[in-house]
Amino acid sequence: MTDMIDMATLNDWIGLLNYWVAIVLMMAGFYTVIAQHNLTKKIVGLNIFQVAVFVFYITMGKIDGGTAPILGDGIEVYSNPLPHVLILTAIVVGVATTALALALVVRIHHSFGTIEEDEIQVIEHDEEDVA
Amino acid sequence: MSGAEMTSDPWLILLVVVPLLAAPVCVMLRSAGGAWSVATAVSWVVFAIAVKLLITVLDQGEVVYRIGGWDAPWGIEYKLDALGAFVVLIVTAIGALVFPYAKRSVEKEIRGDRIYLFYAMLLLCLSGLLGITVTGDAFNLFVFLEISSLSSYVLISLGQDRRALTAAFRYLIMGTIGATFYIIGVGLMYQMTGTLNIADLKTIMPAVVDTRTVHAAMAFLTVGISLKLALFPLHLWLPNAYTFAPSAVTAFLAATATKVSAYVLLRILFTLFGDVDLFTAFPLREILIAMALAAMFLASLSAIWQENIKRMMAYSSVAQIGYIVLGIAMATETGLTGGIVHMFNHALMKGTAFMAIGAIVFATGAVTLKQLEGIGKRMPLTMAAFVIAGLGLVGIPMTPGFISKWQLVTAALELDMWPLAALIVLSSLLAVIYVWRVFEVAYLRESPIVAHKPAEVPLSMLIPTWALALTGLYFGANATFTLNLAHTAARSLMGGL
Repeated sequence: MTDMIDMATLNDWIGLLNYWVAIVLMMAGFYTVIAQHNLTKKIVGLNIFQVAVFVFYITMGKIDGGTAPILGDGIEVYSNPLPHVLILTAIVVGVATTALALALVVRIHHSFGTIEEDEIQVIEHDEEDVA
Repeated sequence: MSGAEMTSDPWLILLVVVPLLAAPVCVMLRSAGGAWSVATAVSWVVFAIAVKLLITVLDQGEVVYRIGGWDAPWGIEYKLDALGAFVVLIVTAIGALVFPYAKRSVEKEIRGDRIYLFYAMLLLCLSGLLGITVTGDAFNLFVFLEISSLSSYVLISLGQDRRALTAAFRYLIMGTIGATFYIIGVGLMYQMTGTLNIADLKTIMPAVVDTRTVHAAMAFLTVGISLKLALFPLHLWLPNAYTFAPSAVTAFLAATATKVSAYVLLRILFTLFGDVDLFTAFPLREILIAMALAAMFLASLSAIWQENIKRMMAYSSVAQIGYIVLGIAMATETGLTGGIVHMFNHALMKGTAFMAIGAIVFATGAVTLKQLEGIGKRMPLTMAAFVIAGLGLVGIPMTPGFISKWQLVTAALELDMWPLAALIVLSSLLAVIYVWRVFEVAYLRESPIVAHKPAEVPLSMLIPTWALALTGLYFGANATFTLNLAHTAARSLMGGL
């Protein structure tokens, strides 16, 4: 009896594995964005955070035993293509954001000579006093 | 197709497509003058379309456009009601004034070989902001949110000071987190309802609202948009971004971007969750009022201590966003009217203020209060426009700020929240202090520079600044049009139509 309950909970857990992965990735990425001082590492964190959301969307559309949504004989159960298509758009947006962020990091490195946030803050603070 | 008899107004899609297509045209022209001409012409065309749409909306109610002829909820529909038309009017009117203003200002502040790219970005930003306002699809809204955000990061990073780069980077990080929170929210909603159409979500919502998924979705959507809105304490990106961005960009973004975010917040709270009693199920009113009050007081206090006039006005923006959110949080017809009309009034005042500051920067390069000593005598016309804007921020009668604050105080009294009414008045006194600091240095101190020749700016900058200032004065003296429009919008949001 207890074994059966355990199996059911276990199945739930495995069935929700993707969601757990998404949440762990999301938090890891979010933490990296907040905690890291290096601007490039912040971008990496931001990327992980966004990818977690992609995983979440893709999981949402998947149905147990479902195939690709193609009109054909014998295909009855199919996955929902819409979230997958949405995430294509989100991936494009993510790439654009990363490219822009990296370009900004290059420019910041040119003008400040560092990409460590704490060092930049010291430089900016000094400039404030002058102004 | 069953929906074929429904009116589909093509002007609605042109509002977004015209600036979107004009942006690559600017890039292909590769000349500063050509790009400016195209961009300015487009901003005026878009403003004309906005006026036309506003007339249609006031005449027949909602305007709808179904993309590709697909009916909602399968296709994406664009939809404009009174609230949307009001916001579109704000954005396009500011655009129509900022583009001509930008010519000389940008020539001075941005490297010559980059100017055509600047106008392409400004057009993309305009088109993104308009897209957010007209779309009826939650995911499409995200796409436009990112179009406007990505272009504004670029625009901010074009500022002369190297701190513009770090300001843009910080905004990029916080803005992307905000937008990602928003899609997490949309995803959770889609899981529960299977639809992305906002009107469709509204009808399904009562059936699923008591699930944890929807609660989480609401939290993600609200926090995500509050980041873009710069609602206290999520405003940290705003002061530096406004301070170091090119003057024309600050004027444009300060007057439009946060208003559009406020519009999205209204859409989420009152359209998406329009059929459920959100404000009794959650302590949402208390939370939002607390944050709005914190913004009104703490940001105004920060503004008082600033030496850089651009940063002072940026903090003042955070405070003014507090008033808008306060009106939204009261969730009554009067409160919403106050919040919505303040979106318009604040756009006029902050637009004028930042355009005047941009003109001062153009003529003298001065941004700190010390450098601004005696500026009132050297640039009388520009400073007079700033004075009008400053009085508007305080809420002196006959300025638009008075209209919205009066409306907010009335709303607070209607709810029997008289301490709130007192706090609204009290926070205005803080605005008196920071605005007075500028007046004092500008008019009562002697200019350290010996040459007392008036150093006024070109007419192409002065005319848009004064046009906005006078529009402000007009709607401060005669607010029937704006109040009626805001009231119609508020009534339809509250479901009274």
